[in-house]
Amino acid sequence: MSLLEVKGLVAGYGAVQVLHGIDLSVDEGQVAVVLGANGAGKTTTLRALTGMIKTSGSIVLDGEELVGKKTDEIVRRRIAHVPQGRGTVAQFSVDENLDLGAYIRSDKAGVEADRAKMFDLFPRLAERRKQAAGSLSGGEQQMLAIARALMLSPRVLLLDEPSLGLAPLIIRSVFETLEQINKEFNTTMLVVEQNANLALGIADSAFVLETGTIVASGSAEQVKNDDVVRKAYLGY
Amino acid sequence: MTKFFQLVIAGIEIGSIYALVALAIVIIYASTGLKNLAQGEMAMFSAFIAFQFYNWGLGPWLAAILAVVATFILGMLLQQVVLKPVQDSSLLTVVIVTLGVFLALSSLAGFIWGYLVQAVPALFPDSTLKIGGVGVSASALGVFAVLLGLSGGLFLLFQFTKIGLAMRAVAYNKETSTLVGVPVNRVIMLGFGMAAAFGAAGGIFAAPKLFLDPFMMLTVLIYALAAAAFGGLDSPLGAVIAGLFIGVIENLAGGYIGFIGSDLKIIVPLVLILGTLIFRPQGLLGKKYIPRV
Repeated sequence: MSLLEVKGLVAGYGAVQVLHGIDLSVDEGQVAVVLGANGAGKTTTLRALTGMIKTSGSIVLDGEELVGKKTDEIVRRRIAHVPQGRGTVAQFSVDENLDLGAYIRSDKAGVEADRAKMFDLFPRLAERRKQAAGSLSGGEQQMLAIARALMLSPRVLLLDEPSLGLAPLIIRSVFETLEQINKEFNTTMLVVEQNANLALGIADSAFVLETGTIVASGSAEQVKNDDVVRKAYLGY
Repeated sequence: MTKFFQLVIAGIEIGSIYALVALAIVIIYASTGLKNLAQGEMAMFSAFIAFQFYNWGLGPWLAAILAVVATFILGMLLQQVVLKPVQDSSLLTVVIVTLGVFLALSSLAGFIWGYLVQAVPALFPDSTLKIGGVGVSASALGVFAVLLGLSGGLFLLFQFTKIGLAMRAVAYNKETSTLVGVPVNRVIMLGFGMAAAFGAAGGIFAAPKLFLDPFMMLTVLIYALAAAAFGGLDSPLGAVIAGLFIGVIENLAGGYIGFIGSDLKIIVPLVLILGTLIFRPQGLLGKKYIPRV
């Protein structure tokens, strides 16, 4: 039984249906990646998982059904979502963003311990604690967004195209950090990404999404060697 | 010099009332991006509620406090029932809806309490403190103290509490707030209630001075909107400073510039504000936010 089990997920915006019944699952402590081109429904998948759009089907976290719950209720079950375009409050300082990330927690000592961990993980953020998030570089903002999400002490971390708009070297370091987070904190992750090569590099399992339907899935290794996927997403 | 200080103190008294209503406008603008044109009428309505409680035999202070509490609840209700459905509509729609609330409250107050001017009991004793030859009325001191207390409390709430953090976060970024588990809708509702309560304080203190009728807050609303714009629509401190500034400058101009007198005195601060806003469109303390891409 997977930690997060999605079955027959249907979602869209108003009259436009984007996801036509997709199945996904992530095991505890593992990294799953959803690959797909622009418009395949990757972002929609994550927005459906955190109840930000109208959704039907089934999303089960550790035995509990989440479909029909409001976003803040889902977040209270410790699903953290780093949306596209960072998901921090630009006008807030680094520290305030971390405070906000821990909004639902009441264990002060645990929060402070996690804050210290974040500053170990991202020393750049420690240097800029009092600085407004909006004044950080793109890479630093992405790091802050991830740190903000980890302050929730999430059972599942959802990441929406962490590579978007970043320089190749920075992208590499973001993915290395994600791998490190998974190893050190045993954080379960679901990453949607266009950069198939990098994403498959840190993933245990993979799903390929095409116009709202899963067309291939399996272990990261299997998907990497799938001919169709190789041609379409890896380019060799 | 005595005359100068006398005018400044009278200015601070009326300026405190502008500041309270300006604070109400800023609290709502900062958390929803909405300029609530009905804020003055809501304050007027609160003053009538206090008046009603008083007429039922409650003491003036108890009546005032109960009216503030009632307004807090009515403010939340108003947001849920009237404004929430149009929250994400175009600016024009929202402005028209607040104008509708404005007219509805004004007519409703007239319907319930009539259009005759009502005398309301003073909240402060009619005594004057002499400080170096300058008379400071108890009401000027009292209103200013209430303004300082309320705005100080607001500052502490915003800076040092979890709910304050959530309110500021919602103001800047609703999506991120939702994703950290903030119940955004409830936070906005609370903001409306708080704003209504601040406005209510303004209305209730204005009533003994301006005399209570359904149009009492019309001019106050204009000054308060000017103060909010001048101070920076997202800056509570700016609203307080600008409200006091308008009150003081208005009085000084009326007292010192012969041809201005009491009819034209309001033009002076408004001209100064216009001049300032041409060079600082975000207001005195407003943040001009330039995101880094």
